[in-house]
Amino acid sequence: MNVASPITALSLAERAQRAAKVAAEFADTVDREARFPKEGMDAVKAERLMGIQIPVQHGGEGATMSEVAEVCSILGKACAATAMTYAMHQIQIASLSDHAPDSAWHEAFLKRICDEQLLIGSATSEAGIGGNLRNSVCAVDVEGDIVRLEKNATVISYGADADAIMVTSRRHKDSPPSDQVATLFTKDQYTLEHTAEWDTLGMRGTCSDGYIFRGEAPAEQILPKPFAEIAAQSMLAVSHLLWGALWFGIAADAVNRAQSYVRAAARRSPGQTPPGALRLAEASSMLQQVKSNVVAGLKQFEAGKGDPDALSAMGFAVAMNNIKIGTSQTILDIINQCMLICGIQGYKNGTPYSLGRHLRDAHSAQLMISNDRILGNTSTMLLVGKQETSLLR
Amino acid sequence: MNSTIRDLLTKHGRLPVSVDTIADDADLYEAGLSSFASVQLMLGLEEAFDIEFPETLLNRKSFSSINAIAASVSQITETQQVA
Repeated sequence: MNVASPITALSLAERAQRAAKVAAEFADTVDREARFPKEGMDAVKAERLMGIQIPVQHGGEGATMSEVAEVCSILGKACAATAMTYAMHQIQIASLSDHAPDSAWHEAFLKRICDEQLLIGSATSEAGIGGNLRNSVCAVDVEGDIVRLEKNATVISYGADADAIMVTSRRHKDSPPSDQVATLFTKDQYTLEHTAEWDTLGMRGTCSDGYIFRGEAPAEQILPKPFAEIAAQSMLAVSHLLWGALWFGIAADAVNRAQSYVRAAARRSPGQTPPGALRLAEASSMLQQVKSNVVAGLKQFEAGKGDPDALSAMGFAVAMNNIKIGTSQTILDIINQCMLICGIQGYKNGTPYSLGRHLRDAHSAQLMISNDRILGNTSTMLLVGKQETSLLR
Repeated sequence: MNSTIRDLLTKHGRLPVSVDTIADDADLYEAGLSSFASVQLMLGLEEAFDIEFPETLLNRKSFSSINAIAASVSQITETQQVA
């Protein structure tokens, strides 16, 4: 393929900025029509950002999780639906590239993701599991070299627009609900029977409709590692970090808008501090907290990379859970503060200070893996694990 | 020690199968041990053996089989006696 592509001469952040510019232009339309952020995602693909996390030897650019998070935050400032689609895709890639070592099929597929800029979705939610992605009802049926799977997936984000879907299931029809595997199916290997519409308060463009998934593929497409390990060492941590990054982006754009509002007011009456200025200072402090939270988590994740023991330790899981709780709650406070600053101009749609979309999108953060479930999980771990109390570790 | 561990597994493990059917080296996660149950089991072990699990052993591997649990408990008993 074209190895010396001129696009890769630019920095990842520059490429993300160019894609974000396109995504921002369509953000309101995507939100209003609750449709897939096609323009934004096409721009992301045109900037060749889909496979950046994949190691160089498999066709990617070997970007670090911090670099991927930066792309998510840049997109988050522009269009939350584009950013969330991109983040969820990167979460699947992290699982694939870290947890399918020596699997020829998966390595070849990573190359395809880079070459063809494929979008990978996931089907973890299922009717009857009570929202716990570490449980499955459905089971893969392996017959000779063929794997078959049917899943009543209550939610498959951008399912209709994905080029491949990673589906969790029980390992065998006799396995307990928590003994799971993940299987990657490409678009030509499955059908989706639409069962539920995604008509929501926010994050409307992720098009997380419900489907009955029916797939049939060569059995080598089952990921060799148990899903429990993939979830513990990669999927949960990467989800919290990349979501945190894009939520930071949503809040940062709200603060930008509030700051423009305060500055415009200051220009109109020089010598007088505008009424919203103090609130802006508070919002700035809260935004910095969110940033510090995410950056510290990225540092911890990268320090533990390649060390399964570090990534499956309880202290690590507690830290990642805390990032999710902290960021998802604080962004709502920040955007609410910005709304108070911008007043009716923030409440109204279609002004330079509009914050309705930000607020609605941000409300999804507490629910994507419910904060109550995460707090419950952390509280169980704290029955035995020690709270990390050192400042720099 | 393994019989005490088996008793605790029966009490706290919430496994869908009888503990008697699980071999000492069988994968407990494949047998249905959840992370919640593994924490309850850990609390039971701490009480039964009068030990405290150090941070370094709070991971999936320490609870992956009855033998692995026994190894973790022995390791803790030895170091905590030395200390």
